Amino acid sequence: MKNEKNRYLKFTLLLGLIFVVTISCEREVSDEVDFATFGNNPEIFIDGFSGGLEYLPFAGSKLDAFSVDSEVKYKGAASMRFDIPNFGDPGTELGFAGAIFPDYGGRDLSGYDALTFWAKANKAATIAQIGFGSDFGDNVYRDIQDKYLVTKRNLRISTGWAKYIIPIPDPSQLTDESGMFWYAAGPEDGDGYTFWIDELQFETLGTVAQPRPAIFFGEDLEAEAFVDIEGLIPREGLTQTFSLGSGINETVIAAPSYFTFNSSDVDVVRVSELGVLSPVGLGTAEITATLGGVKAQGSALLEVSGGFEFAPIPTRDPSTVISIFSDAYTNVPVDNYNGFFGGQTTTGGAVEVIEEVENIIVYENLNFVATSFTNPTVDASGMTFLHVDIRTEESIEGGDSIILELIDFGSNGSFDGGGDDTGGGITIASGDLESGTWISLDIPLVNFTNNTGGGLGGFAVGAKANVAQIVFASGSISSILVDNIYFYTE
Amino acid sequence: MNQINQQKMKTQMLLGRYANLKWYNSISLKGLPLIVLFLLVLGCATEETQTVVNFTEITMQDDFDTDGAPNSAIWGYDIGTGIDGWGNNELQYYTDRPENITINNGILIITANKEDFNAAGYTSARILTKDLFEQKYGRFEARMRLPYGKGMWPAFWMLGANSGEVIWPACGEIDIMENRGDNPTTINGSLHGPGYAGDIAPGDEATKEYSLENDRYDTGFHVFGIEWGPEYINYYVDDVLYNQITPDDEDVTGEWIFDDQPFYIILNLAVGGSFPGAPNEETVFPQTMLVDYVRAYKYNGLN
Repeated sequence: MKNEKNRYLKFTLLLGLIFVVTISCEREVSDEVDFATFGNNPEIFIDGFSGGLEYLPFAGSKLDAFSVDSEVKYKGAASMRFDIPNFGDPGTELGFAGAIFPDYGGRDLSGYDALTFWAKANKAATIAQIGFGSDFGDNVYRDIQDKYLVTKRNLRISTGWAKYIIPIPDPSQLTDESGMFWYAAGPEDGDGYTFWIDELQFETLGTVAQPRPAIFFGEDLEAEAFVDIEGLIPREGLTQTFSLGSGINETVIAAPSYFTFNSSDVDVVRVSELGVLSPVGLGTAEITATLGGVKAQGSALLEVSGGFEFAPIPTRDPSTVISIFSDAYTNVPVDNYNGFFGGQTTTGGAVEVIEEVENIIVYENLNFVATSFTNPTVDASGMTFLHVDIRTEESIEGGDSIILELIDFGSNGSFDGGGDDTGGGITIASGDLESGTWISLDIPLVNFTNNTGGGLGGFAVGAKANVAQIVFASGSISSILVDNIYFYTE
Repeated sequence: MNQINQQKMKTQMLLGRYANLKWYNSISLKGLPLIVLFLLVLGCATEETQTVVNFTEITMQDDFDTDGAPNSAIWGYDIGTGIDGWGNNELQYYTDRPENITINNGILIITANKEDFNAAGYTSARILTKDLFEQKYGRFEARMRLPYGKGMWPAFWMLGANSGEVIWPACGEIDIMENRGDNPTTINGSLHGPGYAGDIAPGDEATKEYSLENDRYDTGFHVFGIEWGPEYINYYVDDVLYNQITPDDEDVTGEWIFDDQPFYIILNLAVGGSFPGAPNEETVFPQTMLVDYVRAYKYNGLN
């Protein structure tokens, strides 16, 4: 670390020199207003840190993963060496190596078309993320952190020196960039590795061409949206692809700010600079985008039919309620809303629909799924009813049903498949189901008389002092919403 | 123009065209004469730059100034898939439909589409001046922007006028420009004749690549041309003369058949085939080959 401090000192001196030169140039131009301009030094690391460059590792990463290597290098006197930790390396809390290399003086990169470097590894390896534009939010010229972040995912590095090219999605945006370079990588199959980077710089290759930006992973989506419930355009699906001089198509993930988003009807859905979708009125709006004047592949057709209809808000006196999942009550500790058991196809779980206000459970591909609350189990011995609100948008046929089950772990408080465990189920038949509306069920606990799918019985007549799971199952209904699961007594 | 090219051109001027082209060929093979070359360049730095072309009397010119189909007085069509994909296992069906060939705003646009058409998976177009404009010797050039992507095979080339009577390659073939779409910075200029056609062993034609530095052929227009006279053909791209092929060329392993008859011009965009390989899932369709103009000039006996 001492060495690095010395290096910083030199940079400061260098920066001073640049300043002097710049000032003497500015005078000659004219009396017109001078806009702030930035240096356009393309070099990041050739044989050492370029002027202004800093090394800032990610919190929790292996802080000393980066070093300057004067033994192994592609050209000149030194290269950048990165030691990716093994699994379990005590030097990293989060088990990875990663850092940003910013120049907070800011640089004008608008004249370049790619970040390039030579690299090799001590074994064939895949760097999870590598790119530029990361600034930890400390770029004083920017209102948004990592505004023009560029990420190349899964860059494969071989054991021989080779040149790698990460294209700039739209150079004209980068007039005041401070994020020169960043990376993040973890062990592969538990093993770390070492890679070297040399001649790291921005270049004007002239062969980065045929831009093909994409949003929504390039797909044309149709989706339902609800007034006042915001959505976010998926970050990973925002990409820019160029044909490189080698003929290879290179795709990078580009930050939302590279794109200009458009809504076909801003009275229906607004879309922010950061790709936040805000449904504000009824109707249909198509979300599209351009990057550098090129229309992005992919779109979303959002149909806003109204506000989302939430389940009726419970009104029972909290003192008579033990709540598992409801925004109206204080809930007991829940282990999870989906245990992902063997043989289970069900996906989904609890979803925060409106921040800190409204949560619901969404289950897809339902066959069976459990919400578990085992730490501690719930003493429902004083309760007489289970309440739950269920909704499905699927049409209800004659044979459709939804099965609810409750499982009690018994006095030992743990599930042992027999002994003191009890369970019971009840089938909600098609006559009690309705599509497109919330169904509020209030079921006496003594009605959970069927044996469970797992073969447990005895719940209806049991003690109910260690209730630990509620199971939803169906052989015919695939998608359900669930809200307001609570026990109560009248 | 980059520095190396400038040096080449200036050297060409100093040494005399014929001699210096041999020179240029040799410096690409051997390192030693480069030193001499440098000295020569220094010695002539103030003289005016030589042009790569010498023939200026136009004999045919199509600037594609009329929107619609190409001028039928100059151009005919090849339609269909030929035999074995025009002898190259090409995958496209050539049509004369505006979807595949049209003139718009002064540019000839040949479009390769991915579509099922008469048992082919792609369509495109190929036009030729056979029986309409044929010429022996002279300068032939076109200003073009190429398509890109694996499987694209744009070409500007010539065949001997007796191509319908003799079996290729006896007629002779002059490829002024052909390109693999997955190599957007490089074109080939080639000569096919009996014994050096590339039909027996791929690559045994007389050919040379020319690559752009910091530029590509699919992002802007470039001029592709030849100057053809007795016992030589000079190849140029833009203002760079990059090759000369003569009967003495080591790649010309058979009879020189380029002093015998007039040749006609062909412009086409093939899809797939033995030269570029088939398109892959990353190839973007449609792709277009744009031609700003085609010109032919009379051989003037100089040289």
